[in-house]
Amino acid sequence: MEEIKVNDYAVVMKNIVKEFYDVRANDNVNFLVKNGSIHGLLGENGAGKTTLMNVLYGLYHPEEGEIFINGIKQDIHSPTKAISLGIGMVHQHFMLARPFTIVENVMLGRKSRKGILLDTKETAKDLVALAEKYKMKIDPYAKIWQLSVGEQQRVEILTALYQGAEVLILDEPTAVLTPQEVDGLFVTLREMKNDGKSIILITHKLEEIVCIVDEVTVLRDGAMIGNVEVDCNTTKAELTKMMVGRDVLFNFEKSNSAAGEKKLTIKDLKVLNDKNFLALDGFSLDVHAGEIIGLAGVDGNGQKELCEALTGIRTVESGEVKLDTINIENKPPLFSIKKGIAHIPEDRHITGLALGWSLKKNLILKTFKDNSKFGLIDEKKIEDRWEKARVAYQIKANSGDDSARDLSGGNQQKVILARELENNPVILIANQPTRGLDIGATEYVRQKLLDAKGDGAGVLLVSADLEEILQLSDRIAVIYDGKLMGILPGGSDVKKIGELMMGKKLEVEQNAK
Amino acid sequence: MLSNIFTVSFFVSLLASTIRLATPILLPALGQIYTQRAGILNLSVEGTMTIGAVAGFAATYYSGSLWLGILMGMAFGMLYSLLMAVLSVTLRANQVIAGTALNILGIGLAVFFYRVIFGIQSLPPQVEPFQMLKIPFLSEIPVIGVILFQHNIIVYLSFVMVVITWFILEKTTFGLKIKAVGENPKAADSKGVNVSKYRYFAVLIGGIYAGAAGAFMSIAYLNIFTESIIGGRGFIAVAVVIFARFLPIRAMWGALLFGVASALQLRLQALGIDVANQLMLMLPYALTIIALVLASKKADFPSAYAIPYSRKER
Ligand SMILES: Nc1ncnc2c1ncn2[C@@H]1O[C@H](COP(=O)(O)OP(=O)(O)O)[C@@H](O)[C@H]1O
Ligand SMILES: [Mg+2]
Repeated sequence: MEEIKVNDYAVVMKNIVKEFYDVRANDNVNFLVKNGSIHGLLGENGAGKTTLMNVLYGLYHPEEGEIFINGIKQDIHSPTKAISLGIGMVHQHFMLARPFTIVENVMLGRKSRKGILLDTKETAKDLVALAEKYKMKIDPYAKIWQLSVGEQQRVEILTALYQGAEVLILDEPTAVLTPQEVDGLFVTLREMKNDGKSIILITHKLEEIVCIVDEVTVLRDGAMIGNVEVDCNTTKAELTKMMVGRDVLFNFEKSNSAAGEKKLTIKDLKVLNDKNFLALDGFSLDVHAGEIIGLAGVDGNGQKELCEALTGIRTVESGEVKLDTINIENKPPLFSIKKGIAHIPEDRHITGLALGWSLKKNLILKTFKDNSKFGLIDEKKIEDRWEKARVAYQIKANSGDDSARDLSGGNQQKVILARELENNPVILIANQPTRGLDIGATEYVRQKLLDAKGDGAGVLLVSADLEEILQLSDRIAVIYDGKLMGILPGGSDVKKIGELMMGKKLEVEQNAK
Repeated sequence: MLSNIFTVSFFVSLLASTIRLATPILLPALGQIYTQRAGILNLSVEGTMTIGAVAGFAATYYSGSLWLGILMGMAFGMLYSLLMAVLSVTLRANQVIAGTALNILGIGLAVFFYRVIFGIQSLPPQVEPFQMLKIPFLSEIPVIGVILFQHNIIVYLSFVMVVITWFILEKTTFGLKIKAVGENPKAADSKGVNVSKYRYFAVLIGGIYAGAAGAFMSIAYLNIFTESIIGGRGFIAVAVVIFARFLPIRAMWGALLFGVASALQLRLQALGIDVANQLMLMLPYALTIIALVLASKKADFPSAYAIPYSRKER
């Protein structure tokens, strides 16, 4: 390390250690970014990528290590300091105040030219010009909540640039975009590189960035594993092995058994979101027994509301949901549970589990009645139930009395799977079932979905992850702005799916089946 | 009989006193707009006002200066709210509990110091309150002049503050930052805004306004101090802010509503209308809350309302 000439690099992070309580999120990490390059930071979920960049951005203080920016040692104690050093960051979860306009969000991070008064007009003008320069388009007076996810990301990038960023960190920027939007983002990034800026691209998916990055640093379990130069021809296998620490088989046995009869019918569904706008606007879809139908779409296009309406936790304004011939819309959740509808919710921590409760109790959340005697919980019965689940799903926990909070994301998801797949559901609604999980847990969950299908369940897989959709689905439905854009056969072209995700309707509707 | 009551002069005096009675709601409400916009729910406004009332009263009593009284009210209001800021921002305590406790403590402290300073007297000590300041020419306009332009100076200033508060929140960088730390403190932090600093400012400003309003009660409205001098106005002010959706202009309408109900109640009692005294006293509070609930439907709370912020938490 000593012989490295810090002057050649925009960023040098040396021997960074960052701990959270008992987790060592960064363990002696060295990270170097060459001037004017695009640098990938690769690693599994939980590898410590975000933590490392939060250290660089002054949000976290490392326990050990030093940072050099353009060859000069710096103590980056706050984001303000980072910004003044020309470091900008676009966080994975956008840092925008939703009721504010774009220009208000931008002014927040900048000194006003008019002293204590806001320089709204001037900033708006600058923003439009800046956006044009980097081939983006924005309306500075639009409110954040009105914007699509991709537009919000552009706002974040512009904010950083406007603050004078010479080093721009993007945390998992591609995860929320359609394939076409990813292309657009890369155009912008190349433009920035041509301007001499350095860019750090964080991702846990190599293939998305392999063509644009010059170099990749791989993190695993908080440690730096290696630093590799890459180009379009670099193969995935080697880097994945560095990431995961073992060979990963990406091929699932996707049995192509013919789908069974129609089980779930969704017809002309209209549902409001929390802001009382139409989240689903006449959405229709059928799910058959023994198939996985993937519902692709950018986050926030009505997927969450659909899952909630199907499981009885959101009111249906009009339209029908039928299980076989029984109407289940606007019935209490217990009704659809009893009829065999299982649900893996989007948010493990809020809807999926009672985090403060024991694992045992989380397992029987839906079946309290069956697990009690004279109105009292039958401790023996749920201990047996837990033991069975623990073995069958390989849940790593000390005991069933641990609270759900103490488990890793993957093990939490296994608890949910154990609960939802008990009694072989007729319909399984899986909403972003692998989000935030590491590769091992992801493989496990996907296999379980395939198993459920094999057991005859109709699986509705909602995912913003196109790779996941393509890997598992027999049919691919695409949702945009609360409407079904069309249904494509499994294994369709990504670009084709991407078009539908951006609101282009399939010409011959529902032609695949 | 009714025609005897509802004369023009009745309405004129009703509306004039409406404006006067609205002032001690309006002032603390404007202050709490800052506080609540920054994401802090301060339930100790009532206690802070009582402290402002005693501080203002004592200062005026001994110095003879009404302005010093107002200033002391503001100073002690700010000092007392500093406690709330430490508890809610630095120590990240539950705001409902901290506010409720500080409220009780504030009233207790105020009464305690009043006793220490003035002892127990058969006749309560009095001060000469702020006099009416007739605005030249304007106060001569028939009807309107009496209603709007024959008040003491604090009343005028309070209504001027409505516009100033709006201006600060909407047009200055300070206002934008106050709103940002209440809406998305994480975002504000990552853009280089010092979240704690602005939350402190917001709580202290709320304390200054509340202290001034307390002093208004003891040296510009009444001329004595009593234990229950604030009479729930602090709580009404907190409610007005929420139901006014954190907007100064709407808060003014809320305060005026309370004012008109209070004024009406006083007059109806004076006329000897045969309704239980307690019911009449309740009228302004009940009316204000019902009307505000109806008018507000669903308040859009700042997203980080009453939630402590820590950079470490994800
Ligand atoms: N604020 C925090 N408090 C406690 N643990 C954290 C915090 N941030 C991250 N961690 C832990 O540090 C590790 C690395 O997390 P992170 O940097 O977010 O990974 P990545 O971005 O690579 O997915 C994980 O085990 C995570 O649980
Ligand atoms: Mg991350």
